[in-house]
Amino acid sequence: MKLLEIKNLKKSFDDLEVLKDISLSVEEGEVVSILGPSGSGKSTLLRCATMLETMDAGTLDYCGESAVSEIDGKSVYAPKSEIKKIQNYFGLVFQNFNLFPHYTVLKNITDAPVHIQKRGKKEVEEEALELLNQMGIEDKVDYYPCQLSGGQQQRVAIARALAMNPKILFFDEPTSALDPELTSEILKVLRFLASQKMTMVIVTHEIDFARNVSDRVIFMDEGYIVEQGKPEDVIDNPKNDRVKAFLNKVKNA
Amino acid sequence: MSYMKKKPLIAIAVFVALLIPATMTACGVTNDADSGFLGWLFNIISQLSSGIWLSLALFALTLIFSMPLGLLICFARRSRFKIVELIAKFYISVMRGTPLMLQLLVVYFGPYYVFKLPLSADYRFYAAIIGFALNYAAYFAEIYRSGIEAVPKGQYEASKVLGYSRGQTFMKIVFPQMVRHILPPVTNEIITLVKDTSLAFAIAFVEMFTMAKQLSAAESNIMPLFVAGVFYYIFNLIVSFVMSKIEKKMNYYQK
Repeated sequence: MKLLEIKNLKKSFDDLEVLKDISLSVEEGEVVSILGPSGSGKSTLLRCATMLETMDAGTLDYCGESAVSEIDGKSVYAPKSEIKKIQNYFGLVFQNFNLFPHYTVLKNITDAPVHIQKRGKKEVEEEALELLNQMGIEDKVDYYPCQLSGGQQQRVAIARALAMNPKILFFDEPTSALDPELTSEILKVLRFLASQKMTMVIVTHEIDFARNVSDRVIFMDEGYIVEQGKPEDVIDNPKNDRVKAFLNKVKNA
Repeated sequence: MSYMKKKPLIAIAVFVALLIPATMTACGVTNDADSGFLGWLFNIISQLSSGIWLSLALFALTLIFSMPLGLLICFARRSRFKIVELIAKFYISVMRGTPLMLQLLVVYFGPYYVFKLPLSADYRFYAAIIGFALNYAAYFAEIYRSGIEAVPKGQYEASKVLGYSRGQTFMKIVFPQMVRHILPPVTNEIITLVKDTSLAFAIAFVEMFTMAKQLSAAESNIMPLFVAGVFYYIFNLIVSFVMSKIEKKMNYYQK
């Protein structure tokens, strides 16, 4: 089943055309990594998919339900009530975590499920503890984000996103703000989630991680998807020159 | 060190001591200890008493009205609708750009000059509160705005992805963080307000400062003015003490 389907997405900021024509679909249980140089539009693609940016043209469907349709070459968003429902299908983990600094770890995770999704507080809290357990930070329940390391904060952010029970989880460079040691903490969590068949779309610069974990790798450049396929094909035997040049640079760094 | 710790307590004690004669006079208790320095001081404070209460009332009511009004103006200033934003901007620029004393005069005499409504003595108190509240709301609005804008964009984005509505995002995520940002400048404003209540003399509203001035003139003695100064000072010590307590309380998390 297709969880996410984007067709012919275009997005400009003023005169700068960031996404030129992007089509992408993600199947249930699939792990997709998006690679590419800075400024290639990876983050913008994720922000359009999570509706933090509005699309200029193209369509966006989640689980077969239309969030954005296209009329006369322009994107048209579904009514608010429909969008609110669709928002429950996905979660997003940010590069710089964006935890709520005035909430404890537990409240960061449980506030939205309890007050937005109107689920039972007890049930949500039990689930939150279970998630923290999986993340290996069950002892940090009552801490404030500022008392945690970057890696721990990011794990809380992942738990916060998972607590909403999304069908698909987006990661926007989840390890870019972390040092190598903390990065490996997060990658471990992502590997665990992949083993649980969580559907994920991950924008990353971690080539080795992308090769090991993803079912599919997408390479973006200048607003286009220039190559995609199995990780061993795209990363080890790229056909596109731009991809070759980029991977060479990254590998020799 | 222990003196520093007790300082606010001492300030509160002195403040209460100042209020005792004021209360007694207000309750109709008279004092016949006319002799000695203390008795004389007691006398001055008794005579200032009704003024002290009026100053306090002016202060408290101005805060109660101006702080929420400031939030409304702040929302208007940040409105998506250009016209609303422009009106708020104009309001703020006028309130900050003209003397408070002039604004008090306009609020007090405006109804008479413009609508030929009769002036009543009762209206002085209301005019003072209206004038102060309108003025201070403009300053509070800008302070709130600075606090709201200090909340990182990522907080809004995280809230949006988690499904919080705009109202929920403000109430649950932005407002608590804003309050923390704005406490120091708000303390500044409150302290200024304590002293600014004396400007009410412009519309012949007899609060403490006006009384002290009259008393000084009548007795040709500086003491009543001096006592008034001590009152403002101690009151502000208490204000800064309370505000620093609140700031400490809000420090339970770091940014």
